[in-house]
Order: sequence, then C-alpha cells, then structure tokens
Amino acid sequence: MKVLQFLFTSSIGRKVVMALTGLFLILFLLIHLIGNLQLLKADDGYAFNKYAWFMTTNPLIKTTSYLLYAFILLHAFKGFYLAFTNRKARGGSYGKYNGAANSHWTSRNMAVLGTVILVFIVTHMGDFWWEYKFGEIPWTKYETSVVQDVTTSAPISGAEASGHIRMGSVGDKEVFITKDLYKETVEAFEQPLLVAFYLLAMVMIALHLWHGFASAFQSLGINHPRWNPIIRSLGYGYAVLIPAGFALIPLYVYFLMK
Amino acid sequence: MANHEMKINLKVWRQKNASDAGRFEEYAVKANPDMSFLEMFDVLNEQLIEDGKDPVAFDHDCREGICGMCSMFINGRPHGPKQGITTCQLHMRSFKDGDTVVVEPWKAQSFPVIKDLSVDRGAFDRIIAAGGFVSVNTGNAVDANSILIPKDVADEAFAAATCIGCGACVAACKNSSAMLFVSAKVSQMALLPQGQAEREKRVVAMVDQMDNEGFGSCTNTGACSAECPKEISLSNIARMNREYLRAKLVGN
Repeated sequence: MKVLQFLFTSSIGRKVVMALTGLFLILFLLIHLIGNLQLLKADDGYAFNKYAWFMTTNPLIKTTSYLLYAFILLHAFKGFYLAFTNRKARGGSYGKYNGAANSHWTSRNMAVLGTVILVFIVTHMGDFWWEYKFGEIPWTKYETSVVQDVTTSAPISGAEASGHIRMGSVGDKEVFITKDLYKETVEAFEQPLLVAFYLLAMVMIALHLWHGFASAFQSLGINHPRWNPIIRSLGYGYAVLIPAGFALIPLYVYFLMK
Repeated sequence: MANHEMKINLKVWRQKNASDAGRFEEYAVKANPDMSFLEMFDVLNEQLIEDGKDPVAFDHDCREGICGMCSMFINGRPHGPKQGITTCQLHMRSFKDGDTVVVEPWKAQSFPVIKDLSVDRGAFDRIIAAGGFVSVNTGNAVDANSILIPKDVADEAFAAATCIGCGACVAACKNSSAMLFVSAKVSQMALLPQGQAEREKRVVAMVDQMDNEGFGSCTNTGACSAECPKEISLSNIARMNREYLRAKLVGN
C-alpha cells in the first residue's frame, strides 16, 4: 500500500481522507433517511420492520455497514488528530482574534460539532443497533392474507418466536415474525429528553454539513466557477433538508402518535 | 482635509526575543487621520525614544503595498479592518478618536517572533527554495512571443503571482496553514508552459517542505483568501490539491 501512503502522511493526503470519508457519510445519511421515513407509515411498522430485516441480513449491506463503521471512526479520529496538530501549529492564541470577519462560524468549529455528533452516534447505536442485536426487544408477528392483501399484527413473546418460521408462507398467509424495531423506536421517542437530544444532534449535523459538504469538494480539488455555485447551493440544501427529515421522526412520534 | 488630531490607545505586544513570554503594553498616541498605520507607529517610536524607552520593533520596507513586510495583526485581523490591503495602506481614518487598538505579531509555530511585532518568515523562503522556481539554462533570452499563452491563462497565472508572501494567510488561519501561499506559488507555474517540466516534482517538494515546517492543515475556512492583501483565490488551493494528487497517483 506504499502508493497510498501519502494519504496518511501528508497534509493534502489527510484532507483527501477527510473529504472521501465525509462524502461517504453524506451519502449514507440520505439512504438512512429514506429507509427511516418508513417509520411514518401507519402500518404498525410492517414496512419498517421488513426493511430492518433486510438491512441486517443482506450480506452486501452487512459488508457495507462494516465499511461505514470504519469510515465513521476514520473520519472522527483523523479529525481529532488534525484538530490537535492544527492547534499545535498555531502555538498559542491571539489576544484578540476576529474570526467572524473572515470565515463562517461552522468552518471554525467542525471539531466541536463533530465531537457532539460522535457522542450522538454512540448513543444512537446504543439505543437501537445494540438493542436490536443484543437487547430485550418486543417481538411482533405479522400475517398477510395473500387473497385479501390485508396485514394483521400481534405481539408475541421471544420464547414463542424462537424456532418458528421468521419469514415465509403458511397456507395462504405470508408470515413475518420479527424483533419489533418499530415499537422500540416509538417507545424510545416517547421520552422527551431523548427527543430533545436527537433534535440537538440534528442541528449539530446541519451545522457540520453546512461547511462540510462544499469543503469536501474543495479538498478533492473540485473547484470551478461553473460548478461552485451549484455545489454550494446543493450543500446548503442538503445540510438543512436531511437533518430536518430525520428530526421529523422523533417529532412525529412524540407529538402525533400518543 | 482638516488636520483633526486623534488620540489612539494602543495595546502593543512586546516580546524581547523568541524565548521571552511576551506581554501587552499600553501606549497613548496622538495621530492624525491622514497618517498611515505605520506612520502612527513611527510617532509612537519617536515618543518612546524621547522617553528613553525601547522602541517597538516592527517590519516594514516599501510602504506602498508590494513588499509584504508589514506584518501586524490589528484588532484581531491581519493588516487591520480593511480588505485587500497591507498595513502600510491602512490609514488612521479607519479608526475613531479614542479607539483602543490591539496590535500583535503573526501567530504561528512556524513564524517565531524575532522581537515585538517582527516575526521570522524564513519558512516561506525554504518552501520556495524547495521547488518554487523554473530551472532555465543560461544564454540568450528567448523571444517573448515564441511561446503562445492564451490571455485568460496568463491572467490567472498573474493573479496567483501577485502573492507577496506576507504571511497574512497563515496569520488569519485558525490552523496556521500556509496552503494559500504555497498554492499561489504552485499555481503560477503550473498554469504556464515554462512550469511544465518540473510540475510534478515541484508540487510534491513544496508541499513536503510546507509540512516539515510545521504549518497546519487546511480546513477550507476561507479566512486566508478573505484577509489576503492581494485577494489570492481559494481556487489555487484546489489546484494545488489536484496537482499533488496527480503527481502522487499517476506522476513519474
């Protein structure tokens, strides 16, 4: 891997790593949001739980998820390292420093925003990823009548669920027995403190993307007068709409589903 | 213009040498609005000499905005509150009577303080020496028009070449990154036919030297370009990134 050594040893190489991992995470956010918006469907979580089943069993998705974890860690720890060495390069602080005169607040606080986001990611994975894989989580049995195309759901116990068919047809019914991540999510977002923390995290992500989106392109050397306004507008739009979409889920559950 | 006298309260960074911790000292100076900022400092120094005190050391040379020597960090910004100028081009009419003005040296690990407001910018010279040149055999000068260069390309190269190496980019950057300076020097030659022969070697050597000098990494805040007296564009940094990637990935 000597040809790619410069990615970890030179200042420009490190920028490229931050940009590429950042863009991957940006793309992930969109896909994660599209999947999660199924939580808003009034179907007792059938669509969302099927999606969760697919995401946790498909080998291609599973491989990509390990890549995602690696990129989150790389982006975060490379970011910490850069913030630390950049601080050292300054070697102290000015008596008076007017950063607002020449740069946007978000661009000067990426490390702080990123740290809050990392804390959020850890909490978020503890809330759902860990619970889904290892925690005590309710089970639900969905039965879809093929003839009438009607799906009914009923909670069952974990003991009942084990050993039974997880997804398949029994007679003229499609049966889907699953850990109910939908119910887990709805229950989680009934706690006002958790909702507040998720909303705060979305604001942090919006601010991080406000600078990060266009910055990633600049780091990769993509800067052209014809494309710059498009990249910038796209970045600002993305920074607002994606976190707003995510924020919709806890807000909807907390205020409209009680 | 009427010769209104104005009183300026200065908070100036005093530091004996690189190893001294340094501190702010306050002075009151009588100035007039037509003076340049450096002339106001001349008045302060005359005053200090008369009082038998040590005058403030500060860098200055041409006093017409092209040498890049005057390196004062004024009220939190390199070269003070105006855009696109050096300290010598800043006039006292940009301040109000009775204002308190904070003056500090450039702050970067790679620019050690020599004394007071004067810093050692030798790191920039070493970056240029590493590759910021075009090797030419001696002999007769070639006819100027024998190599055709499109006007817009020549203009872009010239815009990059207007960099005076003052270091305001490093001083403004929260990371003390030198990427605007290095990218301007890389760009002015990468754009022109004469620079092609050493194109790949140059960018790698200059970036390596920049990293070795201990400058920080660019986080694209844009502070450098906003504070640059010659308004060097951020597009130069993107070009340097491309040049560097090209050299590292597919270069000879």
